[in-house]
Amino acid sequence: MIIQIIIIIFILFVLSRVIYRFKRGEITSRELVIWLVFWLLVAGAVVMPKKTDVISQWLGVERGADLLVYLSIIVLFFIVFKIIVKLEKIDKDITKIVRETALKRKQKDE
Amino acid sequence: MKIIAVIPAYNESKTIGWVVKEVKEKVDMVVVVDDGSSDQTNELAKKAGAAVLKHFLNRGQGAALQTGIIFALGQGADIIITFDADGQHDANDIERMVQPLLLDEVDVVLGSRFLKPKAPFDSAQGRQSPKPKVKSGIPISKRILLKIATWLTRLYTGLPITDVHNGFRGISRKAAELIEIKQDGMAHASEIIEQIKKHQLKFKEMPVNVIYTDYTRKKGQPLTNSFKIIWDLIFGRINK
Repeated sequence: MIIQIIIIIFILFVLSRVIYRFKRGEITSRELVIWLVFWLLVAGAVVMPKKTDVISQWLGVERGADLLVYLSIIVLFFIVFKIIVKLEKIDKDITKIVRETALKRKQKDE
Repeated sequence: MKIIAVIPAYNESKTIGWVVKEVKEKVDMVVVVDDGSSDQTNELAKKAGAAVLKHFLNRGQGAALQTGIIFALGQGADIIITFDADGQHDANDIERMVQPLLLDEVDVVLGSRFLKPKAPFDSAQGRQSPKPKVKSGIPISKRILLKIATWLTRLYTGLPITDVHNGFRGISRKAAELIEIKQDGMAHASEIIEQIKKHQLKFKEMPVNVIYTDYTRKKGQPLTNSFKIIWDLIFGRINK
């Protein structure tokens, strides 16, 4: 199927970027292993989609593809929540900087 | 007793000049927090005789208020008045706002546009009593929204407030030291009420004039902002 070929090409591209970044020392060897394993698993699932059904059925979900969608949504929700909390914190920190600057400048003026 | 007025201002060059001048007559010092304005607000406030602090980025009214309050405390304020920059409040109300604080009756005085004045003030001294135009001029959509906001805050804090989103307040030094505004945006209005409850501060509402002109209407918050306020309140809580 064409979609499989497209995804495989994309995965190869990502893997090349990961290795490139590792060579330049931008990511640690631990991160390299994590990303390699992750994307190879994705590749495996793309090449043999039927095999994922085994895992999903063991978990009580009929199709592997469905399980993947469920997991993705859960992970995405979690990430969005983390980002909102983080943003909120950055917002507060910016205010602190702006406030300190305003008070300091005023002090200097006097 | 040193009374300092704190006026947060964001692009209010049309009104800031005369607002500062009027308020200055009634207090010992006027502090304007220029919240990253891109117009002449800063210069005009200075020219009118205010001490001006500048946020180099726009951080919201709550953030500006907190900056002004910290500065006012540093200047030795005994009483802090918060006042809006758009000219919707009446500087003549300041005396009445300050009175309960001077008498040490309460820690915080909150302005309310919905409260009807009970008795004419100062009739004993033969001065003319102020006649707040309580009902007139509040746009109906705004009225409903303010009521909803007030009821929500009432529900949450259990305090009998009639007007949560009123920028006119009188705060004693003790209360100003206890209250810490963490909500940078407009949700700070509800937050202040919550903190009054939390620190068990004594408070009182005072009927005040709110003057609605085309300008204040335009400068005021759009109705859609209420969603942002609710969002901020919910996430502010999660984040604690």
